[in-house]
Parts: sequence; C-alpha cells; structure tokens
Amino acid sequence: MTDRMTPPPALGCRSAPVLKQRGQREVFCGLTGIIWLHRKMQDAFFLVVGSRTCAHLLQSAAGVMIFAEPRFGTAILEESDLAGLNDAHAELDREVETLLARRPDIRQLFLVGSCPSEVIKLDLSRAAERLTQLYAPKVRVLEYSGSGIETTFTQGEDACLASMVPVLPATQERNLVVVGALPDVVEDQMLSLLADLGVGPVQVLPARTIDADVAVGPNTVFALTQPFLSDTHAALIRRGARHLAAPFPLGEEGTTAWLAAIASEFGVTQDTFDTVTEAPRRRARQAVAQAAEALDGKSVFFFPDSQLEIPLARFLTRECGMRAVEVGSPYIHDEIHGPDLDLLPAGPQISEGQDVDLQLDRCRAARPDLTVCGLGLANPLEAEGLSTKWAIELVFTPVHFYEQAGDLASLFARPLRRKRILNGPALEAAQ
Amino acid sequence: MKLTVWTYEGPPHVGAMRVATGMKGLHYVLHAPQGDTYADLLFTMIERRDHRPPVTYTTFQARDLGSDTAGLFKRACQDAYDRFQPEAIIVGASCTAELIQDDPGGLAETMGLPIPVIPLELPSYQRKENFGADETFFQIVRHLAKPAEKTARVSCNIIGPTALGFRHRDDVQEITNLLYELGIEVNVTAPMGATPGDIARMGQAHFNVLLYPETGEQAARYCEKTFGQPYTKVVPIGAGATWDFIEEVRRHSGSAAQIDSDCLRQSWWSRSVDSTYLTGKRVFIFGDGTHVKTAARIARDEMGFEVAGIGCYNREYARDVRTLAKDYGLEALISDDYLAVERAIEALQPEMILGTQMERHIGKRLGIPCAVISAPVHVQDFPARYSPQMGFEGANVIFDTWIHPLVMGLEEHLLHMFREDFEFNDAAGPSHHGGHATPQTAPAPEAAPQDDNVIWLSEAEKELKKIPFFVRGKARRNTEFYATERGLHEISLDTLYEAKAHFAR
Repeated sequence: MTDRMTPPPALGCRSAPVLKQRGQREVFCGLTGIIWLHRKMQDAFFLVVGSRTCAHLLQSAAGVMIFAEPRFGTAILEESDLAGLNDAHAELDREVETLLARRPDIRQLFLVGSCPSEVIKLDLSRAAERLTQLYAPKVRVLEYSGSGIETTFTQGEDACLASMVPVLPATQERNLVVVGALPDVVEDQMLSLLADLGVGPVQVLPARTIDADVAVGPNTVFALTQPFLSDTHAALIRRGARHLAAPFPLGEEGTTAWLAAIASEFGVTQDTFDTVTEAPRRRARQAVAQAAEALDGKSVFFFPDSQLEIPLARFLTRECGMRAVEVGSPYIHDEIHGPDLDLLPAGPQISEGQDVDLQLDRCRAARPDLTVCGLGLANPLEAEGLSTKWAIELVFTPVHFYEQAGDLASLFARPLRRKRILNGPALEAAQ
Repeated sequence: MKLTVWTYEGPPHVGAMRVATGMKGLHYVLHAPQGDTYADLLFTMIERRDHRPPVTYTTFQARDLGSDTAGLFKRACQDAYDRFQPEAIIVGASCTAELIQDDPGGLAETMGLPIPVIPLELPSYQRKENFGADETFFQIVRHLAKPAEKTARVSCNIIGPTALGFRHRDDVQEITNLLYELGIEVNVTAPMGATPGDIARMGQAHFNVLLYPETGEQAARYCEKTFGQPYTKVVPIGAGATWDFIEEVRRHSGSAAQIDSDCLRQSWWSRSVDSTYLTGKRVFIFGDGTHVKTAARIARDEMGFEVAGIGCYNREYARDVRTLAKDYGLEALISDDYLAVERAIEALQPEMILGTQMERHIGKRLGIPCAVISAPVHVQDFPARYSPQMGFEGANVIFDTWIHPLVMGLEEHLLHMFREDFEFNDAAGPSHHGGHATPQTAPAPEAAPQDDNVIWLSEAEKELKKIPFFVRGKARRNTEFYATERGLHEISLDTLYEAKAHFAR
C-alpha cells in the first residue's frame, strides 16, 4: 500500500549528518507535561515532589489555569526533609492522605519526580508501591520523573505514559493502541476515521479515565500520534506489542500516510481507504492552500523544544512551500523520527541538543523569515527584527489530522501576516 | 513537605534574576539543571522585555552528575565572560545545584577573571524570591560600592526598583520628578538601570530614598552604616504618605522648595459627593508588606473605607504588618497559603478585596470586586500607559483603580430606583455591558443549595428578588444565618427585615 504515499524525495534527511551540541539549553523540563496531561486524564492527580522552583514553574506555565482547582500540585521539600530520608516518606504519606481526603474523585495519583527529589535519591517508586497497597482498589499510585536533568518538555508525557504501560491489563486480542495525548476533538476525529476504515478494536493511551479498557499483549499493534514517545515505545515493545512506523499525522500528507500505515496493517482495501479519506483530504488541502499563502517561499528555523520540529518541518516544506534552514530537536530517535526525516527534503541542518548562544548566532546569520522558538527567546528575537512563532502553542492547540491542517498552517502564517499589517502603508506614511 | 498549588513568591534565585535583569553590564551565572530557564519567560513575557535576561545557566543533566558538574560550571562562567564581556559577574546555585554542593563562588574565584565576581548564598529551601533580590542587591553593593566624596549639590540614590517589580518603572519616574522639584538630583537609581560602575559611585549621594524595603532594605542599611547615608522610611504611596515622604526628604536634604500639587486630583475626587457611597465599604487587604501597609492607610484615611482584614505573604514584614493590624483593631493574616487567604476572605465577606493576582481570582470565585495592589501580578499589570503607584499621580491612579470594580454611586442609586425597569433589571446585566448582554446565570451564592432546615416563604423570596443582584447573595446568606441561629425553619418577610435590621451598620 506504499503507493498511497508520495514517493520520498530523491534525497531525504534521514542520513544527513546531525549537528550535536552541548551547552546551555533554553528548554522546559518534563514537569510541564502535567499541564496538558491532567486535562486529558480526568480522574488523575499529579503530585510533584520538588522545590519551590518546581511549583513556580508549574504556575508560570499553567498561567490562569491554576485557579480552576487543577488536579496537580507540588509537595515542596523543606529544610527538614533534606536532613533525613526516612522522614521524607512519612511526610509524603501524610500529604497524600490530606490530598486524597480532599479530592475523593481522584482514581490515579502520579508521584512526579523532580531534580531535587532525584538528586537526594528519594525513592518515589517504593513510595508509589506502598501507597498503591494502602489505597487499593480505589486509587492507583504510579511514579515517573519529570525532572529537568532527565527530561525535556514533552518527554514528561513520555515518562508518564511509560509508567502506565507495565500495569496495563494483558490481552491476547488483536487490537490497535493509539498512543499520545490528543485534544478530545482531535481524538474523536481520529477514532471516527479509523472506525470508517473498519479498523478495530482501537484503544487510546492515555485514556480519559482509568476505567477505559486499554490492554496490551503480543497481538497488539500500536501507532504513535506524537513524536516524543520513545520510552513508551520501548515499554510497549517489552510487553510484546508491535509498532507501526509512519510519519506523524500533521498536515494532509502526514495524516494520510499515518492512516495508510494502519490501513495496510489491517488489510483495508484501496477503495475503502479512498472513499473514507477523499473528502477530508480535499478539505485539508484546500484549507492548507488558503492558510499557507503567506508561507510560500519563506525560510524557517526551528529551535529545539518538543520533538515536534521534524514532522512540522516536513509539513511546512512539503505542503506549505517553506524552506527549512535548521531543524533543531531536543532528541532524535531514528525509529520514530525516521519516516518524517525520509520525507523532509535535503538541505536543512538537522541539529540535536543545544548550545543556545551558538544556535542564536546561526539563527541571526541566517535571518530566517520565521523562527520557531520558546517564549524566552521569542520577544528578544522579535526585537531584533525576526518574526517568531512560539513553539509551546503547538503542543496545546489542536493541530493533528485533516480538519486541523489548515489551522496548523495558519499558526505559522499569522506572525508573518501580522508583521505585514503592522509594517503596512499606515506606518510608511507616518515615517 | 508542604502541598502547594500556588506560590506567592518564586525561589530566591528568581529574586537574584530580578536584580541582574534590572541592571546593565552585569551577568549572572547560575548553576542550575536543564529546565530552570523557564524563569526567562517571566521577563520576556510578563514584563515584555526585548532582550534575554543576562543569565547563563549551566544546564546540567543527569549524565553530568556522576562526573564533573564543577568543570561544567567553570566552562559556563568562562563562556559567559568571553561572550558578554560584563563589568561584573554574580554567581550562585539554584535549588538543585545547592544539593550537589559545588561551590560556585569558590570555583569562580579560582578562575582569575579580570572583573569582580560576586558569590551569592541563597538558601532555596528556607527563603524566597524577595529575600533573593534583597540579598543579591546587598552583596552587589557590598562588593562594588566605594566610599566617595559627597556631590557638591544635594543628591540621593533611589534604591529598590527591580525587574518584574509591580509598577517599578513608573514609580521611579514619578519619584525622580518629585525629587527634581525639591531640587535634589538622583545620583544612582539601583538596581534598575544601574551598571556595576554606577554602583561603585553610590557613596557620593547625601542620602538614600528606599522605595521598596522588600528588595532594598539590606543595601540601604549597609549604606547608612558604611557611607553615613540616612535612608527614607516612608514609602510614598498615597497622598498622605507622599506628603510625609516630602517632609522626610526635606529633613535629609534641607530642601525648602515648594511642591506643586495641582495634579493631585485624588483628594478632591474622594471628597466629591459621588464618593459618599464609599464610606464604610469593608475591604480586605493582602499582598506584600509594603503595599499592604500603604494601602491600609489610603483605604481608611483617604477613601473612607473600613479595613476589615489585613495580611501579607512575605514573613520578613510580618512584624510590621502585625503592628499595623493592631492599630486597625485587627488580627493580621501572615500566610503564603492562598487557601488560608481564601478562607479568611470567605469568613469576612468583605465588599472589596485589595490584593494580588490570586486575590483577584478568589474575588472572582466569590463574586467580590477586587483591585490589584501588589505583586505577584500578571501581564496586564505591566501596562503600556503611565501608571505609577507612588507620588501624586500614583494617588490618582490608585483612586481610579480601586473604585472601578465597585458599582459607582449614581449607578447604585439608579439600580435601586429602577430595579423593575427593563434595562436595569437583573437579566440585563451590569449597565456597561449594554442591552445585548447575555442574561446572567444566577450568581453562585444564590445557586447554592439552601440550608435543609430553612425554607423561604414565597413572599420573602419575592422581596429578596427586589434587592439588587450585587448584594442579594449577601442578604440571602445573612438572613439564613440569622434564621438558623434562632432555630427558625421558615423565612418570612418579617424574618428578612429582622435580619436586615440585625446586620445593619
């Protein structure tokens, strides 16, 4: 069924030399994943064990959301906790007891490790086991690390999902598990496309509640909707499941290729595939064409942030007519990013990791038309006359699959359109 | 351990960043793990700065921990010096680096950089953001300021304004102008806008103006002791405080220049008849110590409010705020737990809250108007327009800011008179939302299930509906409370008015 996919360019980027640099990284830590994960898992609470810095980070990243009685919080380590480790476990037990008493609706509790808790080697996995026994069967307590020393931004979701895989029920059934937290509206579209193709049964990880029957076994196949799920990928393979490698479902082409990989696995006929996808593909192409007008022929530079950079660069270059100068990603995994790298036309510098000052030098020298970067860099680069698109929005906003393809293109087009408006005739007249 | 959702203050190294980012020609090398760069966006987004904060992070990762984090620190320090060529460097550790026990100060000293290197000791597990700013600025002054001949003309330093300070930008301008009118030159304003070279010549000033004790008091004390510079104790927020501040400055400087207070409209606005309805409005005041203390004076003596509750989150000023609360016949609430603040507000049922961003949200939840008087604040409280809190223009700004959330006197009167009118009825919503406002859903207090034991008789219920919507929730609560207390199971028209009389002030 490979004929459904556009043939890869004569020379993709999969074997291109990767620039690996170490130095200061201007990135979020994995704790930020909590901000969108807790919206997705409606019966889960995320308890960070960390410092005031961790609490401050969550509040800075969560913005106003913090006031809606969110299902996350930080158990802040105090001086006395650092003195003796045994004490820390008793303290944690007490905080969890208070928390679960106040929030009886909570069914899953995640103890989230941070840099301070990792450095003092606080054994959160033992705490999770102990607390699971204590609160079973009502509450399941799991543990993962979202620390900056181990995880970058979206890797927090990876660590969280990977912690769930070992406790998923076993099954011998042939099923498809789609992995990656998507906004509900996007998830529903995806499920309906798969249902129309006749693919099933389909389960989603993370599910909206703990009661959803996600199960895994030797006959399970799984597809990733997000590129940052390498640990989850490995954990699922350890449970005997098989990965369906595909480009990520961003843009019309990406979505089609992603669906095609699944369709091929489930023996869906070409006719059925075409019937199901024809209309949404046409809509997506049309929406992208309209939104991408401002992007055609423009150059783009990606700072590393979420690991979404490579599939996004593929979408922008192939479907929106942009030229990639540098595509930076915090981590690159060949098995996961490979299919997108194959499609990405040769040319851009692929970089992994970061020395932010050197990368800024390269960016300034290239003067790209659009720079995709974090909020710490966006305004300073704007002040230097560069147009920027802040990357975090791409994680929060619905951007996957057909119906969002146009929105995805306009997220990138908007800064350029805005610059044109603000530098328009009125300004020229004033000068 | 302490479970926290919201923190009023960040960790102390964020305070150090506020000092470094406020200054020029200074660089901060921070030993910190990957991810701590999140704090950059406080400056680039909330304050909308057009450059990156002058902070280099060592960004150590797990794989570095077994080996050479100290070497990593030295490399970062050297790179920062080579690239940015600062006049001075401050070095310190974030909370995680504090645990791995590299000594940034000692390491940087051995490097032999040709510029001053100032080590910072910021205990992350005990202290917080304001301490970090105060301590950092103090260390910078202690290392860099030199004794010097006083300037020929009377001059002063302005001490305390930092990056990410609530209205610091405009306060500095307002007070600089005021000092200029008094014939006093500003020698150095610091940390905001100062270079290490400027800090070196702080000793030339005759006295210091301490604008924000939270971020400048240690440095002010040090200068008093070392350079014989007295510092001002009155923070000029509010008309009365501004006049007191002018008196204090006159004492320190001998200035007898007349002050033109024509631009002070707040005093007349507050006396004008439309403000009569403000009399005795019960306000709850919460924020940092300095802004709370000044707000309490304005609220009682300049606006005619009744101060119903008072508190602060920075325990460095707990004693001051407790003393002040006693003057007002109150018990101060010293807490950095916003749930405790919420409980206090709920219990007091004030008619207005003066607080921080958190109190604004508590107010929204409880249906109580709120104005922001103190950090932490969000992006909308770093306005483009000129809006100081200090001086005479500051008093004007405060008057406007505080009364906007309240229903204006005339509006309140009209709502009473025309409550059956089609445009003024409840469903039409507040008048400034226009005729097309979507009908309001019942406010939360009304929607709350009634006490099982108390039933509203239809006549009383009908009368209750005639009470304007913005006080109806309170009337309902008070009446039910009154009835429950007396063991009444039904609320009649009489009960309603008995309760009204009981709670009347």
